[in-house]
Amino acid sequence: MTDYQPTIGLEVHCELSTATKLFCGCPNEFGAEPNTNVCPVCLGLPGSLPVLNATTVEFALRLAEALSFNVPERSIFARKNYFYPDMPKDYQVSQYEDPILADGVLDVAGTTIRIERAHLEEDTGKSQHIGGGGRIHGADHSLIDYNRAGVPLMEIVSRPDITSAEQARGYATELRSVLLAIGVSDVKMEEGSMRVDANVSVRPVGATGELGTKVEVKNMNSIRSLGRAIDHEIERQIAALEAGERIVQETRHWDEADGTTHGMRSKEGSSDYRYFPEPDLLPVAPTEEQRARVRGSLPELPAARRARLVAEWGLAEHDARVLVDVPGLAVLAEAAVVALSAGTPKGGTPKDVANWCTGEVLAYLNESGLSAEVLPLAPDGLAELVGLVADGTLSRGLAKDVLDEALREPKRPKQIVEERGLAQVSDEGELAAVVDAVIAANAETVESYRSGDDKARKKKRGFLMGEAMKATKGQGNPQLLNRLLDERLSG
Amino acid sequence: MSAPATDLAAAVRSGTQRARDVVEERLADIEARDPELHAFLLVLGDDARVAADAVDAAVAAGDDPGPLSGIPVVLKDNLCVRGTPTTCGSRILDGWRPPYTATVVERVKRAGGIVLGKTNLDEFAMGSSTENSAFGPTRNPHDVSRVPGGSSGGSAAAVAAGFGLLGLGSDTGGSIRQPAALCGVVGVKPTYGMVSRYGLVAFASSLDQIGPFATTVEDAARLLDVIAGPDPFDSTCIPDVPPALEPTLRDGVAGLRIGIIEELTDVDGVQQEVRAAVEAAAAALEAAGATVERVSVPSTVYGLSAYYLIAPAEASSNLARYDGVRYGLRVEAEDVATMNAATRAAGFGPEVKRRIMLGTYALSAGYYDAYYGQAQRIRTLIIRDLARVYESCDALLSPTSPTVAFEVGARTADPLTMYLSDVCTIPSNLAGHAAMSVPWGTGAENLPVGVQVLAPALGEPVMFRVAQALEEAAP
Repeated sequence: MTDYQPTIGLEVHCELSTATKLFCGCPNEFGAEPNTNVCPVCLGLPGSLPVLNATTVEFALRLAEALSFNVPERSIFARKNYFYPDMPKDYQVSQYEDPILADGVLDVAGTTIRIERAHLEEDTGKSQHIGGGGRIHGADHSLIDYNRAGVPLMEIVSRPDITSAEQARGYATELRSVLLAIGVSDVKMEEGSMRVDANVSVRPVGATGELGTKVEVKNMNSIRSLGRAIDHEIERQIAALEAGERIVQETRHWDEADGTTHGMRSKEGSSDYRYFPEPDLLPVAPTEEQRARVRGSLPELPAARRARLVAEWGLAEHDARVLVDVPGLAVLAEAAVVALSAGTPKGGTPKDVANWCTGEVLAYLNESGLSAEVLPLAPDGLAELVGLVADGTLSRGLAKDVLDEALREPKRPKQIVEERGLAQVSDEGELAAVVDAVIAANAETVESYRSGDDKARKKKRGFLMGEAMKATKGQGNPQLLNRLLDERLSG
Repeated sequence: MSAPATDLAAAVRSGTQRARDVVEERLADIEARDPELHAFLLVLGDDARVAADAVDAAVAAGDDPGPLSGIPVVLKDNLCVRGTPTTCGSRILDGWRPPYTATVVERVKRAGGIVLGKTNLDEFAMGSSTENSAFGPTRNPHDVSRVPGGSSGGSAAAVAAGFGLLGLGSDTGGSIRQPAALCGVVGVKPTYGMVSRYGLVAFASSLDQIGPFATTVEDAARLLDVIAGPDPFDSTCIPDVPPALEPTLRDGVAGLRIGIIEELTDVDGVQQEVRAAVEAAAAALEAAGATVERVSVPSTVYGLSAYYLIAPAEASSNLARYDGVRYGLRVEAEDVATMNAATRAAGFGPEVKRRIMLGTYALSAGYYDAYYGQAQRIRTLIIRDLARVYESCDALLSPTSPTVAFEVGARTADPLTMYLSDVCTIPSNLAGHAAMSVPWGTGAENLPVGVQVLAPALGEPVMFRVAQALEEAAP
């Protein structure tokens, strides 16, 4: 059997998170009532004209800085002509020969993946087909929501530099981190604000010159399914070649349920989009001042930030990635770390802060669907909590309860501790009295502890410790209680 | 010479004439005479009365309603007016009422102008005779057996007949200037980007420009001054506010250098009387102190070919949206693609279909460079040729139309002959330059002749001075 090497290129579409659409003032928001965020322009009514949203150009310039793109002196919008009911003008305003960005690079785990281009274009509306299995062919009728029509998209097209599904996942993950960090998209694959299509081909290892016939795979709704789809497509193509078949250049649909790709109904004839320059818009010519302004305002990029958190806070690479990739989480953590050195009580480390963030805070964000920016928990509140654990006021268990409330209510951890009387008891005399009382009340257990084997001793000791903790309503300092109990039992 | 619209505005502003009386008089005239001419697709009598009363009330209250106070204005029916049917002379827009108003119409209303109605046109402004309207042709007020020209034939005829004192049209390849010439009125195609296209239903976006019709150059300047200037809703507008034209109108032509374009004047197909009119006009300018010379702009002879690739190409895309999905006509069918096709087959007339097919072909893969690409190169060539000529000329002259108004039906069977009507006007659209037609006596059959004055981009001030001088000297 021949060994094959895959060649993969990715096309990433992301919705830009601008306040308004690409060519009109309608709100760019997800989930509004159908056909409420529309106007003559995004409905393509006769006589209406597009006016470019300048923020989209600024977003493109941010991406240019982040991925070292070349910004051509001028780029041109073009019309892509084809009939489709959810496209109001029956052409899409996109960019064709002269995209706004050319020749960028993205570092994926030490390998440089080249990016051919990135361009701006408008999204289409959304069709819902009633009857006929939800597909346009055979549907009884269709409903169209034009809220999404005219939402700005950035299409980012890599060179075929990717050689495995794992690397493709890495590319998509890193690109997503960058888009998020520079604030141009919320990159939610589930909501469709980031879509990734893969061009996959294979050829025998060592082959040079022509690449194998490429197949475009669509409809992956997570980075995980992107990897699965590519792996499957590579295997399918190798199997076909081994069986002496030819690979057909086509678009295939990834089916998440059965884990395979299916050829899509091929369009009659080849599509001819009759691109030509959009006469209603002027060429886009970003100025050096614009670029300088963007350069000055660009945040730290994810790779650099992760490296810094690993180096300065001693985090594991994985934890650093989680912190950086969850919107607002790293901001919360970094502000809390600053507060840590300023606030009272003192103590606690950046790593403690990070652990709370990637643990309980993240769990709550996932459960509630909230973003870190809107939590009632302020950075200095989080720092306070870490301090309360570090100085022994709270056990980790109690701290979890306090954090649970602080994530939901605008209360400081100290306030919660006071209100609920949760402070940990570390007074040795008080705890010694508790331990003595437990031992007195459980003489039998103490007896069987002393006479039992290791297993029995462990069990009995655990019971006694539990009783002591119960007697302090869970607030006894566990280290102190353990020591006192050991002293009594061995005495 | 008096300027009817400008004079009327002064009378209304001073309170010596009531806008309501003017409107009633015009409406009565339209009712009596328009059935024969068919200049209007829709007369907005009630709206006009309300607007006129508002102007009169403002004057009575001591306010100034503006430079168009009480002037009846007619609109080509490819300009959107909120809530008012806008047909583009086509069945495909059946029942559609725009939810917004074109910028130019807003400006006319804000200046005190009274919108009298929507005028007939060749379907989607494609034509040179107004015979391509789905609602029947418009007749030339000078001879009702003849066409008024097109595509803005309804506005030209309405102004020539005195229904409206001013009119708005759109000019993609001569659609204001050619009917102005054939109807004996003034018609202006401003520099591309001088007037907002927002609310003008697009034919060919890179060529379309809205402009005025008037019976005098001064009135045309008044209307252009009102509608010109940048608009945040049209990003192809020139960002600077242009200088007002009225103040310099009578600055004369002494010292101006005028060129007569050989390729558009001294050629077969230009009627003898039309060429004589251009010569006489040039002589009049010379007498007024200008210098005149013959100039050659060789690439203009390719203008027609380039135009009939670029305009249909853009039109094929602009008119794709009339698919029966969202508004206008829908012919029901079992699936979307069949419905689209049936709707377009029923909704568009033959000339529109011809141009959609031409344009679709010109943009097709494998043909793009040979057709659309080549046409754009000719466009560049024309711009370069004209720039060279404008190094030694301030303005140019040519016929507006090679012939006077032709008989209704004379050219409908032969599209190429019809297309030749625009041979003199097309270069200015391709170049994005300013041009206007000024009446100069009569030619064959005693029908009006127009002389075209051409100027470079933003050359309106000089162009209007030349036009004014011509008007003053015209027979």
